[in-house]
This record gives sequence, structure tokens and C-alpha cells, in this order.
Amino acid sequence: MKVLFFALLRERLGCAELVLEQNEPTTVAKVLEQLKSRSQEWRNTLDNQELLAAVNQSFVDFDATVQKGDELAFFPPVTGG
Amino acid sequence: MIRVAVQEHNFNMAELYHELSQSPANGAVVTFTGLVREVVDTELTHLTLEHYPGMTERALNDIGQQAMARWPLGKIIIIHRIGILGLNENIVFVGVASGHRKQAFAAAEFLMDYLKTRAPFWKKEHTSAGTSWVAAKDSDQTAASRWQSSKE
Repeated sequence: MKVLFFALLRERLGCAELVLEQNEPTTVAKVLEQLKSRSQEWRNTLDNQELLAAVNQSFVDFDATVQKGDELAFFPPVTGG
Repeated sequence: MIRVAVQEHNFNMAELYHELSQSPANGAVVTFTGLVREVVDTELTHLTLEHYPGMTERALNDIGQQAMARWPLGKIIIIHRIGILGLNENIVFVGVASGHRKQAFAAAEFLMDYLKTRAPFWKKEHTSAGTSWVAAKDSDQTAASRWQSSKE
């Protein structure tokens, strides 16, 4: 599974994209927990930022299912226009 | 018909207007342009605009389709710029052609309200005091949410 980060989140984490080994279906929330457990810095950044999530380029809730081969993205609230 | 574009280069208003005004069925064309505005109390040098390639275009198309489903519209054009944008430069263009003005005005406003809250773009301000990501505004969410309770 590919995980993407954008904008403030990408800068704070120092990471635009990573690949997670994920054979069983899981949820966005569980992947987020897994990411937080990477380090204290990741936990702080992901805890202290309002996050939106998308799976395969569509907005989803955090209880949505993600599985092998999916593209999951986390990003801050949008500010275009 | 809906046309969306995410691009670094500027857009040409005359060409866009021409594109919107071709059908004899459309008696109204409403356009909106958003520009880089100065920031109070600090000197803005430029913005950088980031997007999510693929999802952003898809989100803009989806917003256009929602407008088409709400009002009888002939054509919608949505163009959003990315990259480095200086003070007073164009950021976004929304244009709507329809039979009558009322739908065209409403749809243009709807498209901007939804674009600002549902299309993955992020603005970063570069000022004399440093750089910072722009925070999302509650007022934009409020503006978008009023379309959920009304059809007009």
C-alpha cells in the first residue's frame, strides 16, 4: 500500500510517500496508528494536526477500509481557491 | 460539458470567455477570478500552491458534475493554477454558461464554495517574516454547507 502526505504534513514528517506491507484489509484509522508508532516525532505531528484522508483519490472517513494495492493519502484541510 | 485544468501558466480571460459564449442556447455567462491578495500586517512576496495530482482534477470534475446536476447549465470551466504565484496574479477561474443568469450566478458561487472546501490544494504564504501554510477558514466551511440545505 502506498501512503502519501501533502503540504504541512509532508514538510513536518519529512516524507512525501512511503510503502507499507499490508496483506490483510485494514482501516484508515489503524494505518494512522501504525504511522504514529514509527517515532515520537511522527506521533506528535499526526496528533497535532487536523487530518483529512483519501483512498484511491476519493475522500474517506477514518473507519474506511484500505487494502493491499490501495493509495492512501493524508493531508491538512484544503486551502485552494 | 465540464472542462477542468490544473496548470502553472496563467489563463487567458478572453479565450475562456470566448469558449463559454459559443452556444446560442446560453444567454448568460458568469465568470469568477480569484487573485493573490496582500496579507494584513506583513509583506507578502508570493504564494506557493500545492495539489494532489490526479485527485485534484478528479475532485474538480466531481464538483462540476454536482453543479450540472443542480442547475441546467451549458458549460463549466474550472482552472486552478499551481506553483509560485506573485502578488496580484490569477489563482483560480470559474466560468459558467447557461440559459439564464440566475442559474449561472448560483452555479459559479456553488463551484467556488465547493472548490475551496473539497478540492485538494494547499497555499503557502511567503512573506518578509518567513513562510507559513494558510489555515483553513471556518467561514469557507459555512459557505459550502449552506448548499446542502438548499437547492437555490
